[in-house]
Amino acid sequence: MSEPIRFHFDVDGDNFSSAGEASVQVKRMLRQIGIPAEVIRRVSVAMYEGEINMVIHADGGNADVVVEPGKIIIILADRGPGIADIELAMTEGYSTAPENVRSLGFGAGMGLPNMKRYTDDMKIESVVGEGTTVTMTVLF
Amino acid sequence: MTVNDLIEKLDLEVLNLAEGDREITGGYVGDLLSWVMGKAESGDMWVTIMTNVNVVAVASLVDVACVVIADKAEITPDVIEKARAQGINLLRSAKSAYRLCNEQILL
Ligand SMILES: Nc1ncnc2c1ncn2[C@@H]1O[C@H](COP(=O)(O)OP(=O)(O)O)[C@@H](O)[C@H]1O
Ligand SMILES: [Mg+2]
Repeated sequence: MSEPIRFHFDVDGDNFSSAGEASVQVKRMLRQIGIPAEVIRRVSVAMYEGEINMVIHADGGNADVVVEPGKIIIILADRGPGIADIELAMTEGYSTAPENVRSLGFGAGMGLPNMKRYTDDMKIESVVGEGTTVTMTVLF
Repeated sequence: MTVNDLIEKLDLEVLNLAEGDREITGGYVGDLLSWVMGKAESGDMWVTIMTNVNVVAVASLVDVACVVIADKAEITPDVIEKARAQGINLLRSAKSAYRLCNEQILL
């Protein structure tokens, strides 16, 4: 496995039930190419949280996953409202999720913290009114 | 203890059985999905009253051994169908989360 393997997904903004489909597919594909289970778990949970964020907060977006030897990079890009205060957004428990989303078990304000915890590096680039790009790297 | 053992000993309703031989190595109780993703471990029995379709995705990503719906919470056929498609052991009981865990731990 020397050439990077790339996956691309469009994340639908208005379908809450299919949210997570990309992450579940990535999980399956990583398993097929023999990535260790613990690495798959970290990648797929981090990606799922990011995917859900794009659905809840940004009306959808794009997800790209690049698999290199010893390294998986996840890039989630949206054209949503952006994040004004990234440090605040990263605070455990901080959430602007609406009530209907909370009733589904989301909106605990633990998504970004989980993404940071499960990855070796996480970078958030966001411009208010333009969108957000989250880049996460998992080393193994 | 396997999922089959759990079903028998706790008298659980089987909504979908994908892998009855799966070993249960721990447990977690929770309804807030980010907490479950942050805290539950692979091989856990996950007890929850959440029954929407996202539960199936979380169960798959976290790689829990099974999901046990407590308090006989209402669940729709599309969610059970999703569990079937994704190979998730999905069980249900009229017992509370508290009682389910109590009984499991005594096994
Ligand atoms: N892609 C995004 N676009 C805009 N805002 C976002 C995005 N991701 C996260 N946020 C903001 O950061 C907050 C915290 O995110 P998170 O930790 O995932 O918690 P939650 O999704 O449960 O609210 C969100 O409530 C939202 O205000
Ligand atoms: Mg979130």
